[in-house]
Amino acid sequence: MSATGIGASIKRVEDLRFLTGNGHYTDDINQLDQSHAWILRSPHAHAKLNSVDTSKAAAAPGVIAIFTGADMAADGVGGIPCGWQIHNKDGSPMAEPGHPALAVDKVRHVGDQVAIVIAETRDQARDAAELIAVDYAVLPAAIDMDTALSGASLVHDDAPNNRCFDWEIGDRDATEAAFAKADHVVSIDLANNRLIPNAMEPRAAISEFDRSTGRYTLHTTTQNPHVIRLLMGAFVLQIPEHKLRIVAPDVGGGFGSKIFHYAEEAILTWAAAKVHRPIKWTAERSESFMTDAHGRDHETHADLALDKDGKFLGLRVATKANVGAYLSTFGSSVPTYLYATLLAGVYATPAIYAEVQTVFTNTVPVDAYRGAGRPECTYLLERLVTKAARDLGMDPVELRQKNMIQPDQYPYQTPVALEYDCGDSPATFASALKASDYAGFEARRGAAEKNGKLRGIGISTYVEACGIAPSAVAGALGARAGLYESAQVRVHPTGSVTVYTGTHSHGQGHETTFAQLVSESFGIPADLVEVSHGDTDQVQFGMGTYGSRSLAVGGPAILKACNKVIDKAKKIAAHILEADVSDIEFADGKFTVVGTDKEMAFAEVSLAAYVPHNYPIEEIEPGLDENAFYDPLNFSFPGGAHICEVEVDPDTGHVEVIDFTAVDDVGRVVNPMIVEGQVHGGLAQGVGQAVLEGCVYDADGQLLTGSYMDYTMPRADDLPNFSVSTQGVMGASNPLEVKGVGEVGAIGSPPAVINAIIDALSPLGVTDISMPATPNKVWQAIQASSVRQAAE
Amino acid sequence: MYQFNYQKAGSQDDAVSALSSAEDGKFLAGGMTLIPTLKQRLAQPSDLVDLSGINDMVGIQDGGDSITIGAMTRHVDVANSDVVGSKIPALQHLASHIGDPQVRNRGTIGGSIANNDPAADYPAAVLALNATVITNKREFAADDFFDGMFATNLEEDELITAIRFPVPEKAGYAKFPNPASRYALVGVMVAQTGGETRVSVTGAGQDGVFRASDIESALSGNWSAEAAKGVKMSDDGLNSDIHASAEYRAHLISVMASRAVDAAG
Amino acid sequence: MPTVSMTVNGKSVSAEVEPRTLLVQYLREHLGLTGTHVGCDTSQCGACVVHVNGESLKSCTMLAGQAEGADVTTIEGLANGDDLHPMQEAFRENHGLQCGFCTPGMVMSALDLVKQNPDPSEKEVREWLEGNLCRCTGYHNIVKSILAGAEALRG
Repeated sequence: MSATGIGASIKRVEDLRFLTGNGHYTDDINQLDQSHAWILRSPHAHAKLNSVDTSKAAAAPGVIAIFTGADMAADGVGGIPCGWQIHNKDGSPMAEPGHPALAVDKVRHVGDQVAIVIAETRDQARDAAELIAVDYAVLPAAIDMDTALSGASLVHDDAPNNRCFDWEIGDRDATEAAFAKADHVVSIDLANNRLIPNAMEPRAAISEFDRSTGRYTLHTTTQNPHVIRLLMGAFVLQIPEHKLRIVAPDVGGGFGSKIFHYAEEAILTWAAAKVHRPIKWTAERSESFMTDAHGRDHETHADLALDKDGKFLGLRVATKANVGAYLSTFGSSVPTYLYATLLAGVYATPAIYAEVQTVFTNTVPVDAYRGAGRPECTYLLERLVTKAARDLGMDPVELRQKNMIQPDQYPYQTPVALEYDCGDSPATFASALKASDYAGFEARRGAAEKNGKLRGIGISTYVEACGIAPSAVAGALGARAGLYESAQVRVHPTGSVTVYTGTHSHGQGHETTFAQLVSESFGIPADLVEVSHGDTDQVQFGMGTYGSRSLAVGGPAILKACNKVIDKAKKIAAHILEADVSDIEFADGKFTVVGTDKEMAFAEVSLAAYVPHNYPIEEIEPGLDENAFYDPLNFSFPGGAHICEVEVDPDTGHVEVIDFTAVDDVGRVVNPMIVEGQVHGGLAQGVGQAVLEGCVYDADGQLLTGSYMDYTMPRADDLPNFSVSTQGVMGASNPLEVKGVGEVGAIGSPPAVINAIIDALSPLGVTDISMPATPNKVWQAIQASSVRQAAE
Repeated sequence: MYQFNYQKAGSQDDAVSALSSAEDGKFLAGGMTLIPTLKQRLAQPSDLVDLSGINDMVGIQDGGDSITIGAMTRHVDVANSDVVGSKIPALQHLASHIGDPQVRNRGTIGGSIANNDPAADYPAAVLALNATVITNKREFAADDFFDGMFATNLEEDELITAIRFPVPEKAGYAKFPNPASRYALVGVMVAQTGGETRVSVTGAGQDGVFRASDIESALSGNWSAEAAKGVKMSDDGLNSDIHASAEYRAHLISVMASRAVDAAG
Repeated sequence: MPTVSMTVNGKSVSAEVEPRTLLVQYLREHLGLTGTHVGCDTSQCGACVVHVNGESLKSCTMLAGQAEGADVTTIEGLANGDDLHPMQEAFRENHGLQCGFCTPGMVMSALDLVKQNPDPSEKEVREWLEGNLCRCTGYHNIVKSILAGAEALRG
């Protein structure tokens, strides 16, 4: 093994440029003769566009051009597409209304794009935008899901009752039969609160058109440049791939919100060919709040059937999910295949049935946000199981242990399509109980009580499916793209290596960990390896980074390409060392003739490949540069246990997260330092969802949490130090035996926090608290229960 | 931001004359509220008159039984002042918890008071400590200065030059921050000065900072945390928003008042 | 347009700018110092923190004209050639950054903290960071980095 290979916590390659201010984020890039854009956005949630008069604005200082939806429509520009088709229970396809890049007849959410103003400076563009006269006929808004489903006001005329689809999974009859024989049924109603992703870098783009070649270039803040090229080129602007280059340079965080093809990308690209100038656009944070796709937003009722001993017999789930005003790129897949297929969780529940209705509303589109579907599922299960333990008077630890899938049951076929390849939930759970000193909790509760605080402990045990995805499986379920990954490993003459990956790193440290894979494979130091990503002109193809897929899907593609390099290099070495290729062994960066001291270093072979004087030229080509595509056999299934301790101040309702213990099974760990960092970040977002963050619209569709003045971002003093560790079960269905780590923190943690808060408040008779558990809400729950107790 | 003219005044007179000759001018103190407001295009002044070059508006004077703080004195300087720390530690504590460190490095006491943000901290100190607001024209008693949310009784071209705080026997400040903005959801200052008990509340009132007379009465007879906590505040006239109902704010006023009394000792 | 002059990272600079130009725009757009970032429009995220006359502040909430004649230090001015500043090195050693966008503001803010409080507690570090948002790290490793950086600077 190389000292910089798999398992080494080497320091990140990326850090030098970021720490010295030399990163290249999109807004840091400037093109010669660049112009600037401001997007005029709707102030109304729902309105008919009677007219858009740009004449006064067009005459304003510095204005180059102004375009509206009518201009794009006249050019035959297509709508923004959705990447995943879901079918209704009756087999008919989902409602898929049009999504024009610039609004044509109506605006459908506050922030919807109405016009683009292009000027010499950004301030001039914004000044001019204020001179555009838009005649809106305001329509009633459909904001909450129940109002929307009543159909009183239609977001899209071609989506009756604002329903996007009504979908189901699982065996309804078997589940009903399970409930019929149950000794106990435990039910829960809960909401998974709507979140606003808030990557720290606002979205930005710069478009260019070269009229001498007919080529377009778009620098954009995306997690998946090739996907944007495909969606925007093929579906919106009809630009063939060879005439369209997408570059995702350094990107300042994504968390899902930068997966999607956004209207601004298409508007800018299209407009660049109109004005023959590069155009730059950077979102203000206020625009991010009202245009970046939001996350979560489910309302669910669920019932769990148990026998007299507490064994789970069946699970029945009905969920309503908000998709917002338009179907975003993956908006339809999140509340279906990324959610309900995980409803077995870590439990051997034999019968499961779920139905999901999705609803159009006059709000920002909802799509994948860190975890995407799996946090919603985990929150439901772990709240429900904890409630079952309380209702049945059972220990929440024992109830979980009694129902967990046992290690010898893998591979485990769930009743909701997925087959878990490997795992050991009882083991990670046992480790977390020990690491958190669960047994010693009551003493800590007592100590807190002496200080006037209510202390509680909460558990979440989870499994998730990531490493998206086997293409054939995804395709059969409605995905409109393959979900493999690609890599190119280019060995240079003197033995250094450039790796081109179709994934994209925007905080995950791929430039480091992917170099470690090559270091391990070739036995060379990681600093001889450079990882290149993000430019469709450099990287052959790729599906990008989301769903914790980069290492689990992109990693094996790199490994495959490395193995092709080694196979070819062995032939070169065999020729030069005058041995049979079957006698060549490659280890520690050296090609050796078995049983002899004849050897060639890796760099000697690479030099021979490019200076092929003594070379098997009739058998193989010169050069050492290999491509590979890898399509996974299955998802990867990380899992683990999260245990949270909180203290509640009963006078104010303030919740302090005191301790958080996470033991996660993410398979083989390539860089432990980076893995821990990924878990920390996910936990912060999970704790944020549980106690701080929540998107709020008023009844008219105005976003009340439209800035950091009102949307509570987790700050340093809101969070504890996290105790995190990994405990991997090998055997994941990929050659690296890795599982995804990017989302586990956000998936496992919210129910642990809420279960802890309810545990803290349970002496007062509180049995439910919704996310986010704000001080006001917690205080209100305490008041309500105290009042009730006093009355009893 | 819209276009504006910018000028830096060298003296109080310069500042006032620059403002009066401007079409629609505004004084710029630390800018911690004004600049974000301009960035959101919520205001369109023709001119900004920067006060940061006026030396006689900066500094902390120990007047024995009072402290006078120049209007352009920054929060960080109040927070780090030995004079304030020894004479009115509650004011030092308050200043050291305004905004974040970068805001405290720019924001000024005069700017905060002139702006009278209903969730700002300093207005509570002015009211509870019965400070005198000194302008280029006159002196205001604390009770006469504030005039509802974001409003004061300052005239257009009137400039706060300093605030004089009498040294109290006891004073304490407790703030429950808005989880998102970290402004005061409820902030309460309690003080006993010259035998008088004053209690002010920021963050909670629809009309901005106000005196909580019920708590003042309770504490006048019995200066104790329990007495403050025992007052059930009415939620009439209190703000209700996504972060806190009026009822919750009313409750928090009593709780923060009791904590302020604890802090005051 | 008025001319605004100041010293940035030890160099005298001067540019003609509209009065409505913010210090961060002056740095990024006129001087090409793009290490200082803009992450919000309400003066809360702290991605734009720089030092002006030795103190940290938000360059998105100061007009360029207000910095006339000032001595400004940005993230680009910290490293000595190829040698990272000890605080930068501490962030690297402790994985105190992921996407890197908040990092310049974090480092500049941290340096102001340790100047005032050379041996801060973990709690003091967390409280100091009220004006610096990070979405990637959960702050765990940022706090660790600042404590390590403070220790290195104490020598």
